[in-house]
Amino acid sequence: MSALLEAIGIGKRFGGVEALKDVSLSIAQGEIYGLIGPNGAGKTTFFNVLTGLYAADSGHFSFAGKPLDVSAPHLVAAAGIARTFQNIRLFANMSALENVMVGRHLRTRAGVIGAVLRNEATRREEAAIERRALELLHYVGIGSRGNDLARHLSYGDQRRLEIARALATEPRLLALDEPAAGMNGTETGALRQLIGGLRDDGLTVLLIEHDVKLVMGLCDRVAVLDYGEKIIEDVPARVRRDPKVIEAYLGGAIA
Amino acid sequence: MKAKVKAWQGVALIAAVLAVLPFAVGLGMGNAWVRVLDFALLYIMLALGLNIVVGFAGLLDLGYIAFYAIGAYLYALLSSPHFGLHWPAWAVLPLGAAVAGLFGVLLGAPTLRLRGDYLAIVTLGFGEIIRIFLNNLNSPVNITNGPQGIARIDPISVFGVPLSRPLDVLGVSLPGVYLYYYLFALVALGIIFVTMRLEDSRIGRAWVAIREDEIAAKACGINTRNVKLLAFAMGASFGGVAGGLFAGFQEFVSPESFSLMESVMVLCMVVLGGMGHVPGVVLGGLLLAVLPEALRQGAGPVQLALFGRVLLDPESLRILLFGLALILVMQYRPAGLWPSATRRREFSENPPEPGR
Repeated sequence: MSALLEAIGIGKRFGGVEALKDVSLSIAQGEIYGLIGPNGAGKTTFFNVLTGLYAADSGHFSFAGKPLDVSAPHLVAAAGIARTFQNIRLFANMSALENVMVGRHLRTRAGVIGAVLRNEATRREEAAIERRALELLHYVGIGSRGNDLARHLSYGDQRRLEIARALATEPRLLALDEPAAGMNGTETGALRQLIGGLRDDGLTVLLIEHDVKLVMGLCDRVAVLDYGEKIIEDVPARVRRDPKVIEAYLGGAIA
Repeated sequence: MKAKVKAWQGVALIAAVLAVLPFAVGLGMGNAWVRVLDFALLYIMLALGLNIVVGFAGLLDLGYIAFYAIGAYLYALLSSPHFGLHWPAWAVLPLGAAVAGLFGVLLGAPTLRLRGDYLAIVTLGFGEIIRIFLNNLNSPVNITNGPQGIARIDPISVFGVPLSRPLDVLGVSLPGVYLYYYLFALVALGIIFVTMRLEDSRIGRAWVAIREDEIAAKACGINTRNVKLLAFAMGASFGGVAGGLFAGFQEFVSPESFSLMESVMVLCMVVLGGMGHVPGVVLGGLLLAVLPEALRQGAGPVQLALFGRVLLDPESLRILLFGLALILVMQYRPAGLWPSATRRREFSENPPEPGR
């Protein structure tokens, strides 16, 4: 198993708070890697550093064997890392189809002149964008909702749409920030199938999740963050029994 | 195929209306009103340019008139006795668009991280800086001729025919305001065409994505810096073209044509017409250019007819009624007079929460 993404010694402070302390982890090609931890443990901060929204104070990443430039979000996306957000961030007043079409921006080229002239190449590209976007909507299971505004979709469908939009950028690593948050049992079950299917189709998934059952059932390996530090990285069965993890989640032993 | 025929019928109808309009207006109400139409077309160009920045990309720009000023002064400097240069319009107008676009990038670059109120304040300052520069660049080296402005600018010539003088066409003498009308209408149609093509493209989607959620747009791989600068440059270049046309049409420019009030007017046209919706913005530009004139000329006679004498100075009444009209539109049609379908829904489903 070769590492697709390696984080080496990532540190990030906000004023006096050390949100991430020397976090290193390594995600293998083709696995579902879970990142869990109590609220405020630094999971989302790690995501934001990885995807270029925050600048790390220390450490660096390498992706597919090359150093990863995380100085701007679009560079990270171009390198092949796509993400979703904990609090869904769709383009609310665009249709579902348009949302996914925006995701194709990175992999298409038409500029002002092409747009104005609408020449053969531009028309072909536009048609391809639309076709691919529609495919992705079907892939995540909301193929019939393409013309609805994003904000008119149900909560679960909005999560799916966000995943479709992320997939449109042709990522090798898909980073999902609490995709099951606020979902009911049925929706979570469907989501589990979707994420499992992504792995089967060759994608590597980094998953932040609070739903422990989902993480333990789905992930190949799990890392636990607590107060910005990685306390363990192992297969789910061992993580579940680890005393440090139990302590992090349930509090220290009663003295 | 049928849709195509229908579209062409629509184009033909619009062309016919645009061709006949100055005659209907000129014969019915006098040539002064054709001049108002000319200005309305200039304002429509400005409104469409600002619409790219404000309507599509969601970047509030309160200094937009500066680009109009840059286009106008560039034309004035390169095509008047002031420096003794008499460049032809076909060279100066595109150059004006390019220079204004460059200034758009210059304004955009330092404001990339700003949004909303903060961006509005910086752009407002930019607009004032340009106006004040124009006002004061007459010493030690006289570049802009200061507050007196630049006069005796060359009129625009098309194929060697100056548009300022009446032209005999098939035995009918067309005054200059008609000729300028046709030129402006052609340029405005060109700008509408470019805007609509851009709106429905990869670039247009990226602009709207930035308006909707900039962080999500970045995460989708959009280079928001470049895409925003492109919006500033495109919007500014439309303003630059309109400015050049204005200078050639008026044959005179001075800094007072480019006050903050003008920026506010153009912004009103965009907001009132329907932000981000091209037909709405055109309607907004037309109405707000024509309405003040109509009020100016109508307020006196109406008072005479109603009360037998003029009670209120038409000039002040004009501003009062204009303000009232703006308030009423915003109260009853908050998405604008002619919003796009999505934007209408957006407003109807999210009534403004009280106290926010």
